[in-house]
Amino acid sequence: MKVLVAVKRVIDYNVKIRVKADNTGVETANVKMSMNPFDEIAVEEAIRMKEKGAATEVIAFSAGPAQCQETIRTALAMGADRGVLVQTDAELQPLAVAKLLKAVVDKEQPGLVIVGKQAIDDDSNATGQMLAALLGWSVGTFANKLNVADGSVEVKREVDGGLENIKIKMPAVITTDLRLNEPRYASLPNIMKAKKKPIETLAPDALGVDVAPRLKTLKVEEPPKRKSGIKVKTVTELVEKLRNEAGVI
Amino acid sequence: MAVLVVAAHDGKTVRANVANAVAAAAQMDPEVHVLVAGSNAGEAATSAAAIQGVAKVLQAEDAAYANWLAEDIAPLVVKLAPGYSHVVMAADSVGKNVAPRVAALLDVAQVSEAIQVVSPDTFVRPIYAGNAMATVQSSDKIKIVTVRPTNFKAAAGGGSAAIEQVAGTGTAGLSSFVGAELSKSERPELTSAKIVVSGGRGLQSGDNFKMLETLADKLGAGLGASRAAVDAGYVPNDYQVGQTGKVVAPDLYIAIGISGAIQHLAGMKDSKTIVAINKDEEAPIFQVADYGIVGDLFQIVPELTAAVEKK
Repeated sequence: MKVLVAVKRVIDYNVKIRVKADNTGVETANVKMSMNPFDEIAVEEAIRMKEKGAATEVIAFSAGPAQCQETIRTALAMGADRGVLVQTDAELQPLAVAKLLKAVVDKEQPGLVIVGKQAIDDDSNATGQMLAALLGWSVGTFANKLNVADGSVEVKREVDGGLENIKIKMPAVITTDLRLNEPRYASLPNIMKAKKKPIETLAPDALGVDVAPRLKTLKVEEPPKRKSGIKVKTVTELVEKLRNEAGVI
Repeated sequence: MAVLVVAAHDGKTVRANVANAVAAAAQMDPEVHVLVAGSNAGEAATSAAAIQGVAKVLQAEDAAYANWLAEDIAPLVVKLAPGYSHVVMAADSVGKNVAPRVAALLDVAQVSEAIQVVSPDTFVRPIYAGNAMATVQSSDKIKIVTVRPTNFKAAAGGGSAAIEQVAGTGTAGLSSFVGAELSKSERPELTSAKIVVSGGRGLQSGDNFKMLETLADKLGAGLGASRAAVDAGYVPNDYQVGQTGKVVAPDLYIAIGISGAIQHLAGMKDSKTIVAINKDEEAPIFQVADYGIVGDLFQIVPELTAAVEKK
């Protein structure tokens, strides 16, 4: 069984986000970029399946500008076998990415597609669910634990009230939550080896996908700032403030 | 055209956040319908009919809807959607699971986690863990919107909308529900609690969370945690407050032993009053706190619990 993982190049989670002065977006020039953390979990899960013999090949997919090659290389250094990059400088929204993924899935016929539950840039939490819909496949969102057996996957999901177990038919789409695994660091020898692994580059047009954004971003602004508070010395003072100043207890 | 709110429920009542979703929906179009799908969903449908501003409740009975599997619910919503300008769901674990599937089946975008309705086609939503606010305009004919409940004041009760039965769509046969391991708690639900007491890695163990439980119970508060505390196994996953966990906006949020990573702040910085207790005076949590105490939480929390008691 092939497993396809999708990896997105995003601003590193440690970088302080700056909104552009003209309110058209956030500053990305000279900013450290990394693989979306939830996608690292997806890559790790796929590699573990291969190590256990449940998967035969792990394919890392990305879509975006040429630099997404680096993100795919990171996945290859972790242990993925080869990469597919749909290269475009156009803005890509979740529905467009889901359509690009579907085109690649149609070609590669994986048994599972594993993606991060959300990207930490647009925070949409939609691509995996959309891909499953377009394919007519089942979906296991917010996966905390996976067990692949007999043509189906048991998925333990993180939900509002705790955990939920479902059984879904394969082929299927999985979206990862934080506790699914702890992604490995790529070793230096594996980083070197990854440089020789193949990455196929495709264009959206060649896949017959219209990636035009459906949502138009009118402006991007700084969030409202909280006014700075005070430090109190004692619990007595704190309780007095909460009762009489804030009136919340 | 009207707005369809898709309501999650527990078989008896719709979730509390449905009233928030209805309030958001009413800003998109004054005519709001609520879909209650389930197996024996009569009581839940009645609870939806009582929300002010709801013109009509659609009740869909089908055994396939008992456990809210996305593969089975989405086709029902897709079937009803052409009669509506918008489909709205609360951005909780049900809405996030179902709404994007509906959107893709309709070949439309989803507006995720809207916090403000600017006009029927324009919404404000947080991006980058709330470090930027994007105003987006949808050109799709049917707009699929998930809304962040804490940003919309819940519609009041006392309404009496008509309940209309709609036919179910059966099962897609792709997935089945096995079981749930839900946290049992007598405390108020995190996202609707007036006061939230939240603990982080500073607590050092799951046992030490008992100290926070005592404080929470004195205050009638919900109990939350940072990702670090959940990852360390101190508390279950459903306690997590943050960018990828729950978003809360109580009147009072007490952050105890939480350093305040931006991913955590994203889930609580809309709280009315924030208290931070941390031994590290440089901790970023103090930048959003209205009242901070620098010191040993193991000394401060029992003192605070005692002081609250003395009221």
